[in-house]
Amino acid sequence: MAPILVVVEHADGVVKKVTLELLTLARSLGEPAAVWLGPGYGDAAASQLAEYGAGTAYVVANSDMVDYVVVPKTEALAAVVKQASPAAILIASSAEGKEIAGRLAIKIESGVITDAVAVAPDLTATQSVFGGSTIVHSTVTHGIPIITVRPNSTAPEAAATALSRVDVEVPVTDAARGAKVTGRTAATKASRPELSEAAIVVSGGRGVGGPEGFGVIESLADSLGAAVGASRAATDAGWYPHQYQVGQTGKTVSPQLYVANGISGAIQHRAGMQTSKMIVVVNKDSEAPIFELADFGVVGDLFAVVPQLTDEVQKRKG
Amino acid sequence: MKIAVCVKQVPDTWAEKRLRPADSLLDRESAEGVLNELDEYAVEEALKIQEAHGGEVTIVSMGPERAVETIRKALSMGADAGVHIVDDALSGSDALATSAVLAGVLKDRGFDLIIFGSESTDARMSVVPAMVSERLGLPQLTFAQKVDVNGGTITIERQTDYGFDSVEASSPVVVSVVEKINEPRYPSFKGIMAAKKKPLETLSIADAGIAAGSVGTSAAWSAVADFAARPPKAAGTIVNDEGAGGVKIAEFLATNKII
Repeated sequence: MAPILVVVEHADGVVKKVTLELLTLARSLGEPAAVWLGPGYGDAAASQLAEYGAGTAYVVANSDMVDYVVVPKTEALAAVVKQASPAAILIASSAEGKEIAGRLAIKIESGVITDAVAVAPDLTATQSVFGGSTIVHSTVTHGIPIITVRPNSTAPEAAATALSRVDVEVPVTDAARGAKVTGRTAATKASRPELSEAAIVVSGGRGVGGPEGFGVIESLADSLGAAVGASRAATDAGWYPHQYQVGQTGKTVSPQLYVANGISGAIQHRAGMQTSKMIVVVNKDSEAPIFELADFGVVGDLFAVVPQLTDEVQKRKG
Repeated sequence: MKIAVCVKQVPDTWAEKRLRPADSLLDRESAEGVLNELDEYAVEEALKIQEAHGGEVTIVSMGPERAVETIRKALSMGADAGVHIVDDALSGSDALATSAVLAGVLKDRGFDLIIFGSESTDARMSVVPAMVSERLGLPQLTFAQKVDVNGGTITIERQTDYGFDSVEASSPVVVSVVEKINEPRYPSFKGIMAAKKKPLETLSIADAGIAAGSVGTSAAWSAVADFAARPPKAAGTIVNDEGAGGVKIAEFLATNKII
């Protein structure tokens, strides 16, 4: 049976949650095989991949994978595809994941679908487009389907199997070493989960009123173990850093719970969060369009409601 | 420094977008067409580089007849010339075909920098800059929140989930920019008047050296099977805060086993 290749997202030798989701999804499509690109593959990673059902881990440990932007990873993945002859290739819908998918499509002459939220056993992909207002079913009609899948689309479920490691030697071309990474700078607060992967996102918008207002948003996020997001109004005003912007020109998230505080809900913002599984809204304007999306909404002052909620969450956690 | 900026005309960012039932393509007529917002940052960055290092900025766009308005907008911001690839055969092209057409037009023109916005606000695939880089065999400096030009060495800050990577390459290069990078200028009245006289080249796909059979819906390597409007969400519970709003949310979250 042709395998379903899953490109592993990893940091510091640890497999990211989105990859466990993709392995779970891959099991419903065929036999998952993981592709590890770059250094860091070890026992920790191997046991995670085996636990979630990968029968094979193709490992390309070459450090060029991380020292140069995207191209070496694409060359390596193309080599693995040639060796493994997969039925489909699943990649996380991160910025880099989509770039790898796009380049791979040209290299292996295959169609590509991005930002799937589900993939059926016949490899039909479901996408949620135009800010979640339209559901589209698409198929790749040429070559090996390359599908990028949004984080939080599948609940990860373990199904342990025996994993065998296959090392793949890929001679990286000089052309692939065109864009060299000369430094890495961490700007995010590492204590919080990544915005695009987080199970819970707590966001603030214009109603937060200023940079200091984000204190109550961060406190609620920390009580819930959530990531912090912001509307464009808040990031444009300089109240919160740009990389936390949720919306059409920022990140798209679909967490289990999205808490929108002081956000009116213009299409610009809805496009980035409308597919969240559950939405809670706090806004003092009862006419704000964001309430149309709310599973639960409170019309009131966020500076009263949010701290009370934070306290209550802490209390219930004991 | 010869700079190309690739731009796309998209439905207004704030408009509700929809697909046409007949062919599952984006209904571009139902909303006003505007210069893709993220491309404005690409135009602005090109103009800033031109101001610092000299050279020429050319706007390149593939799109229907009326996409010319979008090229004019970029020219009115200050770019020097435009290239418009327009052909009925292009309708329904996927990202693969789009990147092939753009690469075909860009390749022999001697550009040092080819700049894109990081994604279009309609399709939102974010793959065309990487695909054009792949097709042209040029280094990819994408998701830039900062671009520095030092002779033939181009350095960017590439936005990542954890912050940014510093990335360096030698020109010619393909760059894409994120909205954090700058504040796009508004066209001045003088700029708008001047734009009308700036050179605008119109190419068919044959002019661009692309075979008609390799673009459009029939040549796409993915296809829409069907689509539907998302079923309307059941109305949620909305309460007024009478002093216990936070507690009520906590109760709701507890009922749903979130906490």
